[in-house]
Amino acid sequence: MSATLEKGVRVLKEVIDAPIASYFNSCVHCGICAEACLFYTETGDPKYTPIHKLEPLRRVYEQEYTLLGRLAKMVGLSKPVTDAELAEWQELVYNSCTLCGRCSVVCPVGNDIVYMVLKLREGMSASGNAPEGIKGAVNRTVTIGSPMGVKLPAVKAQMKHVEEDYGIPIPLDVEGAEYMVMLSSMEIINFPEYLGAIAKIMRQAGKTWTLCSTAFEATNAGYQIGNSDLARVIVSRIVEGAEKLKVKTVISPECGHAYSALRWNGANVVGRPFTFQVKHIVEVLDEFRAQGLLKTEGFETDRLTFHDPCQLARRGGVIQPQRNLMNMVAKNFVEMPDAGFINWCCGGGGGASAIEEGEELRLEAFKKKKSQLDAVKPDRLVTACANCRIVLEEGLEHYQMDIPVVGLTEMIAEHIPEKGA
Amino acid sequence: MNEMQFLTWVRGPGLDIAVSIFLLGVIWRLLEIYSLGRKKDLAAPRQAAGASGFHTVFRRSMPPAGMGMVKKSPVSYIGGYIFHIGLFFVVFLFAPHIKLINSLIGVSWPGLPSQFIDLMAVVTMAAMVVVLADRINRPVKRYLSNFEDYFTWGVTFLPVLTGWMAVQHLLLPYTTMLALHILSVEILLVVLPFTKLFHAFTLWGSRWYNGQVNGHKGVAV
Repeated sequence: MSATLEKGVRVLKEVIDAPIASYFNSCVHCGICAEACLFYTETGDPKYTPIHKLEPLRRVYEQEYTLLGRLAKMVGLSKPVTDAELAEWQELVYNSCTLCGRCSVVCPVGNDIVYMVLKLREGMSASGNAPEGIKGAVNRTVTIGSPMGVKLPAVKAQMKHVEEDYGIPIPLDVEGAEYMVMLSSMEIINFPEYLGAIAKIMRQAGKTWTLCSTAFEATNAGYQIGNSDLARVIVSRIVEGAEKLKVKTVISPECGHAYSALRWNGANVVGRPFTFQVKHIVEVLDEFRAQGLLKTEGFETDRLTFHDPCQLARRGGVIQPQRNLMNMVAKNFVEMPDAGFINWCCGGGGGASAIEEGEELRLEAFKKKKSQLDAVKPDRLVTACANCRIVLEEGLEHYQMDIPVVGLTEMIAEHIPEKGA
Repeated sequence: MNEMQFLTWVRGPGLDIAVSIFLLGVIWRLLEIYSLGRKKDLAAPRQAAGASGFHTVFRRSMPPAGMGMVKKSPVSYIGGYIFHIGLFFVVFLFAPHIKLINSLIGVSWPGLPSQFIDLMAVVTMAAMVVVLADRINRPVKRYLSNFEDYFTWGVTFLPVLTGWMAVQHLLLPYTTMLALHILSVEILLVVLPFTKLFHAFTLWGSRWYNGQVNGHKGVAV
């Protein structure tokens, strides 16, 4: 057994807990999870059945934590997990799983399959079997500060641009601000409108807010790849920044997994509860709306539909706020079939979009989104996740569908009256 | 050993051995699984209606709303419901079974007419055959299936078949068939804790964990 494999198996042994043991013992191989997985429905290949993706974890569980499994291993009836096997499983654990969680919703015996995929990824990562694409993103986040290699000067440059374009100062490192706003690299590089939109919205709401020079990047590739140590480094930066600036709330940007990583996993990786709240920008906007702090004028009149990011809706419980906001500014808002809680993934969540060799499969899986869009034929597609947005744009381009994708926050901001107007 | 001796053995020592292995096995397996424990969730919880472990324990007995799952996997759902409910009727509402349970642990409840149980046994076996055919025909199920899936199907099917045949006086003399029936139940009892049949015990815990972990986030799964 090689050193890295040994480490991987040791990590797998450590992550196995009572829920996982209960889940594996409950599976009756009914295969219903396959029907909920877009990688199976769009390819028809049974190897993409969600529970099958966990086979190495199941074997380690059986061999280490069950009496019969231990006996079988002793007499050589049950073969130990090998490096080659884990390498083979990389495609199943990463490329073809976006942690979308539909399988966890349909399993009749109640298995939370995504919970287990995240744990298996920890062993995969420890044994060196994570995809290069996500590895690179993690390394850049840890060494440079962001998965796309964005450094503070780039953020400052964008702040300056936004200040010039919008005529609103962008606060940096302001102690005692109510909100600390996080960004995703995707927003810094591809969607600068987001920062401008925040500035407009906060000004109208009369709220104090700030960016943080030591913690501006919200995305957490450590969480996606399954490396708790790196996930902790990334979350700790945010915790330190938020505590140093004494903010009440940290706003997770339009990014699904950043929200899951910070809101639901953050306190667990740093090992203590947060002293501040974490909210997704869509939750904050809906609160402003409910409190009368968000006032818009005019309506979009073209046909709009909304793509629910999995981590926000199904895995995060935020479903109605985005609809309230859509209805504030859209006259012709139509829902796709399966929208909301059971929405289909864009195909690139959970780090999958960073895996170059997974592109072909990703585009194949996108046929599901295509069919949802074909059913309602929208003029534009709105979402609240920069990663979904990029993946959707790639898919739409590939299938030659002329549907622009917009972020919800910036669309809302466009309807905020100019100051004094 | 003649048929009477065979029947005496399965009713006596055979049953004792099987029930003992079953009970010890269930306790051992439950400890083996749930004593692993888990870490406390430190994220600030969000409350939402219908989002809890308890809700999910019940809700998962029905297909999820609006996902069209029954249409996508009709045999798993419909066949699954029929044979599980059928097994419940046949095992727990057949008068001689109630009598046996009463003699063992002293509790009793009203049974259903024998003709009705006969019909249920046939329906249950038919559903099980269809479910098995689906396992063989459907690519996903065939891909997932291993020896254990077919073996556990067999040890579940045999008690129903032999019980029905004994009542109907088919193929073998009643005494022999009854003895075979009891033996097949004993095999089922011995096998249950150590195979996927143990889902009968763990699925409640699994649903609870799933519902609880997601309920912490305010998600009703």
